[in-house]
Amino acid sequence: MDDPLIIGGESFTSRLIMGTGGAASLDSLENALIATGAEMATVALRRIDPGAHGSLVEVLERRGCRILPNTAGCFTAHDAVTTARLAREAFETNWIKLEVIGDERTLLPDPVELIDAAETLVDDNFVVLAYTNDDPVLARRLADAGCAAVMPLGSPIGSGMGIRNPYNIAIMVERASAPIVLDAGIGTASDAALAMELGCDAVLVASAVTRAQEPAAMGEAMKKAVEAGRLARRAGRIPRRLYAEASTTFEGLPDLSG
Amino acid sequence: MKVLVNGRERELTDGSSLAKVVRAARGDELGRGVAVAVDGEVVPRAQWSEVTLGGGERIEVLAATQGG
Repeated sequence: MDDPLIIGGESFTSRLIMGTGGAASLDSLENALIATGAEMATVALRRIDPGAHGSLVEVLERRGCRILPNTAGCFTAHDAVTTARLAREAFETNWIKLEVIGDERTLLPDPVELIDAAETLVDDNFVVLAYTNDDPVLARRLADAGCAAVMPLGSPIGSGMGIRNPYNIAIMVERASAPIVLDAGIGTASDAALAMELGCDAVLVASAVTRAQEPAAMGEAMKKAVEAGRLARRAGRIPRRLYAEASTTFEGLPDLSG
Repeated sequence: MKVLVNGRERELTDGSSLAKVVRAARGDELGRGVAVAVDGEVVPRAQWSEVTLGGGERIEVLAATQGG
């Protein structure tokens, strides 16, 4: 499509961002990446495994994907900020997908720690893409804090439950002063299409693709869903109505009574 | 002297540099994609060979993994 996604002053043709978690192998991940056409993909930082086979960074660079480090697993602003600074050293990028988790079971964000970390990182010249709850007020606060993108969840990470509160996502989009990227909960292609129909600027998928039975096929489905959803949004859907609105005129209807 | 590297105790000769620890943890050249923290503080790559360890430090040597 002719309108690129702009985040942090950078332009992207693809509106599908890939999360790399959950892939069975680097080969599987690479094939899925190709199928999605993603131009940006997340990576996490963990203790080095000297026995690891292959390099995730090399795969992403080979596919021309911008590396978006994340702060997955951090429960405090302090840990998230330190992780972001470590990622800046490791990957020579000031881009960060900021995650500050408040609860192990739901993996829902901790809004207080999130805002604190976002403000610190923006002050430290990071380009912050903030993973957040589907809360329009929190989204506005993050955008006001200078986040380059606000990334609301559709439902909990890895749940595949889709978008549980589309009205909140629609409110965020309407009031957004930063790009809105639907981040978590996508289960299948229709969820990604709905995100775009609601007006989101992009979608991030990980588990829905990497853990699908055929990751590359699901990657292609997601790519098409994002494109279709975007097109539908721009095309302007018809209003919902309770009763039928005949698409065929009653005028000129013949009298066929016996 | 002893230090903790990624949660495991390691015996080092006195005066070892941080670069030596990183090289041992990584198993090859000091390349891109690795970050190091000592006692919770980020140590920039350019300082790895300048930092001399005194013993007892908690060293984290991190690299990219799938996630997010």
